[in-house]
Amino acid sequence: MRYESPTTTKAAATLLAREKGQADVLAGGTDLLVRMRMGMSEPDLIVDIKRIPAMCQIKVAAAGTKIGAGVTGFELGENKALKKLWPGVVEATNLIGSDQIQGRCTMVGNLCNASPAADSVPALIAAGASAIVVGPDKRRTVKVEKIVTGPGQTSLMKGEVIEAITLPKRPRNSSDAYLRFIPRTEMDIAVVGAAVNLTLERGRVKTARVVLGAVAPTAILVPAAAKAIVGTKLDKEALAKLAAACSAACSPIDDRRGTIEYRTRVAGVMARRAAEIAFKRAGGGK
Amino acid sequence: MSGVLVSTTINGDAVEFACPQNETLLNSLRDRVGLTGVKEGCGTGDCGACSITLDGRLVCSCLVLSAEANGREIGTVEGIAQGDKLHPLQEKFIEHAALQCGICTPGFLVAAKSLLERNPNPSEEEIRYGLAGNLCRCTGYDKIVRAVQAAAKEMRKK
Ligand SMILES: Cc1cc2nc3c(=O)[nH]c(=O)nc-3n(C[C@H](O)[C@H](O)[C@H](O)COP(=O)(O)OP(=O)(O)OC[C@H]3O[C@@H](n4cnc5c(N)ncnc54)[C@H](O)[C@@H]3O)c2cc1C
Ligand code: FES
Ligand code: FES
Repeated sequence: MRYESPTTTKAAATLLAREKGQADVLAGGTDLLVRMRMGMSEPDLIVDIKRIPAMCQIKVAAAGTKIGAGVTGFELGENKALKKLWPGVVEATNLIGSDQIQGRCTMVGNLCNASPAADSVPALIAAGASAIVVGPDKRRTVKVEKIVTGPGQTSLMKGEVIEAITLPKRPRNSSDAYLRFIPRTEMDIAVVGAAVNLTLERGRVKTARVVLGAVAPTAILVPAAAKAIVGTKLDKEALAKLAAACSAACSPIDDRRGTIEYRTRVAGVMARRAAEIAFKRAGGGK
Repeated sequence: MSGVLVSTTINGDAVEFACPQNETLLNSLRDRVGLTGVKEGCGTGDCGACSITLDGRLVCSCLVLSAEANGREIGTVEGIAQGDKLHPLQEKFIEHAALQCGICTPGFLVAAKSLLERNPNPSEEEIRYGLAGNLCRCTGYDKIVRAVQAAAKEMRKK
């Protein structure tokens, strides 16, 4: 195995494209090095992106936010301006693992690992985030929901690397929230995750995005759940409709951590609670 | 497989070693640098026995490649005491009998030190969350939490 640590995104993409064997990007390594240790992955080339300056920056603004692919969960949690503008995205990423894992893990690693239960992914999709994808010859911007195509699978082509995540313009009276259900309080994989991002106008929900994790092969956007709360002040009836729409959208697996019936029901509950938190954060209910 | 030369600072001292490109920092620290305070419990990020700091940030050394540490600063449990003088955390771990077999202890000390640097007066809940990445199969955790609380108190006096 060869280890490379280029200092530009283009050089990283070129290294990845030229490798004849298996080439993997290394961000925090909290998935990749575990896979290597378990013998599930044997890369011929590892391209460490943490020495690329463009991948290690956070730029926060109401007009648009950009987070480099090498930025760790810990660094997101430290950024007060980001936390204020996108609390749901930050809290979702901060749920990943322990303090030790936070010191290394990245949102993009979480995304590209393509686990159906990845915690930051529902929050990113709810936020309307995009990924800046760089190949050896061209760059493209891709909506986050188009990156993961199934468990362990992404739409990235050989030689492509994600340079950064962008979050859209943030209107006033907007906020987001992410909640996950796990059997313990820490260090566990989501049985259900729910993210809600919304904007209010005169106390009512003007726009919303509702996303569920761990209840389908990929995180899923549930437009019917958003529709159930748009125009409302999040009254009981609207919340019940949102929960029902979420449960209806689930196609979960059955395992020892949660049955199909259980996950389906809890998805509605988590989404309802996340909507209430986002609503309050956006200044609703006053 | 060709090797890689790694130049680092470990506990304040410049250290250089050569290792295979796919070697983890945990293995290099133990087998090449001789710092056997870093322990391997799981090798997959779950137990925290291999905790170190990398440029001041708490990480699991089993999930870091040594090549990544080139030019970076590493802190291990061996750097916690000042010569013969134990760190308050080490003293309180002994006083409160916060260890039995001791394999988890270096990781707990490194993680607790990092926690107290960020939060000098943590609540019991904050300590339990902060140390959730460290597993101990002997003590039942309670004595560890008490020891960290006592050390935090001692350190705030200074
Ligand atoms: C103890 C432990 C607890 C965990 N707990 C959680 C949890 O609670 N919730 C959760 O969701 N996950 C959890 N994880 C999984 C993991 O920590 C996360 O998925 C993390 O976000 C991965 O980020 P990373 O930077 O470490 O990824 P890496 O391991 O560096 O990379 C992961 C994958 O993404 C690819 N990749 C990384 N960056 C890029 C890029 N810029 N462009 C293209 N491809 C890229 C890599 O090649 C690799 O295939 C846990 C892991 C451990 C070890
Ligand atoms: S050995 Fe690294 S976390 Fe267990
Ligand atoms: S003292 Fe034995 S594992 Fe903690």
